[in-house]
Amino acid sequence: MEQNFTKQEYQKYVQSKSPNSPILKNIVMAFLIGGAICTVGQGISNFFKARGLSMEQVAGATSITMIFIGAFLTGLNIYDAIAKHAGAGTIVPITGFANSIVSPAMEFKSEGYVLGVGAKMFVIAGPVLVYGTTASIIFGLIYFFMKS
Amino acid sequence: MSAAKKIGTQTIQFQFPPSIISTASIVGKKEGEGPLKNYFDYVLDDLHWGEKTWEKAESKMLKEAISKAIEKANKNVNEIDYIFAGDLLNQCIGATFGIRDLGIPFFGLFGACSTMSLSLSIAAMVIDGGYADYAVAATSSHFCSAERQFRFPLEYGGQRPPTSQWTVTGAGAVVLSSQGTGPYITHVTVGKIVDLGIKDVNNMGAAMAPAAVDTIYTHFNDTGFIPDDYDLIITGDLAKVGKEIAEDMLKDKNIDISNKYTDCGIKIFESEVQDTHAGGSGCGCSAVVLAGYLYKEMLKGNLNKILFVATGALMSPTSSQQGESIPAIAHAVTIQRTLG
Amino acid sequence: MPMQLLFKEHWGDMMEFIRAFIVGGSICAVGQVLIDKTKLTPARILVAFVTLGVILTAIGLYEPLVQFGGAGATVPLTGFGYSLAKGVMKGVQENGILGAFTGGIAATAGGIAAAIFFGYIIALIFNPKEK
Repeated sequence: MEQNFTKQEYQKYVQSKSPNSPILKNIVMAFLIGGAICTVGQGISNFFKARGLSMEQVAGATSITMIFIGAFLTGLNIYDAIAKHAGAGTIVPITGFANSIVSPAMEFKSEGYVLGVGAKMFVIAGPVLVYGTTASIIFGLIYFFMKS
Repeated sequence: MSAAKKIGTQTIQFQFPPSIISTASIVGKKEGEGPLKNYFDYVLDDLHWGEKTWEKAESKMLKEAISKAIEKANKNVNEIDYIFAGDLLNQCIGATFGIRDLGIPFFGLFGACSTMSLSLSIAAMVIDGGYADYAVAATSSHFCSAERQFRFPLEYGGQRPPTSQWTVTGAGAVVLSSQGTGPYITHVTVGKIVDLGIKDVNNMGAAMAPAAVDTIYTHFNDTGFIPDDYDLIITGDLAKVGKEIAEDMLKDKNIDISNKYTDCGIKIFESEVQDTHAGGSGCGCSAVVLAGYLYKEMLKGNLNKILFVATGALMSPTSSQQGESIPAIAHAVTIQRTLG
Repeated sequence: MPMQLLFKEHWGDMMEFIRAFIVGGSICAVGQVLIDKTKLTPARILVAFVTLGVILTAIGLYEPLVQFGGAGATVPLTGFGYSLAKGVMKGVQENGILGAFTGGIAATAGGIAAAIFFGYIIALIFNPKEK
């Protein structure tokens, strides 16, 4: 067979034949559900503030609570059902971070608690920690040298 | 001196076409709710089927499908000369652990989702060549075991694009014999690897379509057949997107199969209702559609001559992460109800 | 009137919730555009967001968003970057160069510990379901 398409031509052709995601609907759903999750976070944050925690403590306690919620909903097999519609609305909030840790932990239980649950827990979320921490350390060093 | 049974560039014409004497198919719940639900031998309620892991469940499905097919052929395992099988899991553990206890000499194969055609082709060659009287060709896939190896954990909250496909949970087995009254395997066109540079693992249909086109075009060239000689031309898992592309590319080569062409990935699910996006995929997709639907329709007399073209994507998560594109392959098998 | 006062007493300003909703929703909407319109995988988008959070905090652009949007700015993953960056600033102020290393993780310690712990506990109790 003579190649009728070069690789570039084929890729262009495939683009034209492949259906696109319903982007407007996806954006609206991401906005609504992501916004709702953040609103819940606001409520939790206010709750801790009213309890008299300091600013830092409120931030920590809110994170922990939101992570618990994401983890629990993942365990109940509910998070992915919401995520199907919400897209980025459930991936971007910190509940999504929890889901990306809990879901492999659950899944790889069959490979044992050490090499399965233990090792694979960060297979999806690992990069977030690596790049977040590295970026913050670089910033910290720059900040230190700028201050002195 | 050239091979007596080879015609054209890539096609084998059998001198003693083997017969399919029995088949068996076992599918998961979703497949058992789809358009072909009445054609399968057994539908699982639960994708674990009593096993501890998804992988063990897949092996059990393959083992049971093979056993059932052998039983339906009124044979026992000692009378089967060879099994030809493979699957999607790393090192083909779905097949090896499934076949472990059967005690039948085993040729393990890897063809990704083209394994049903691949195994059928080699099994037929071995029988036509006088190396065996009875051979089993089988393969399986399992949605859960495939997701955790190739994509994401089941509970991960991701969003699937419209081009994505749903891995079929299914095991299909076919028993071939040197004696029998059909349906017969008369020709096999062995595919070449074709890669037109698609890297998107969420658009496998587009990645595999060129391979199917290459094999189908070569098949018609080598054999001298025309599309009208066939009642049905069916690819393995190009699904909605890949099927359209394949049809168009073949039309560009002056081969119009549009009025008798469909795809196993499209037939097995009702994609709007079952939310399977572009359609089904996986080794099990073409296997159960062949073992269930196509075979039974041939026995009923509704299909006399079909071209069965399972398609496979020969990548791994590693190659994708390394930025490689997706090479694909397709093997075509001519199955006809009667000879002559 | 009385309803609003009751609400304010127990839950704070209603406007606060609306701002959180809008800011949080918008950040997620940006993420959605990246998912649908670019070839970036979700993993890369999250890495971009957390890094962006660090950078925007470093140049002083994220703090005003936090003041305005509250949880709408801290709950998304950019907020994780914000916590890391603020933590690092505090660390450097208190511990000099050592704080560049300790400050970020110290500030986000609760979240990371919770993720590990709850990840383990939930995996212990629950199983993934077929789809």
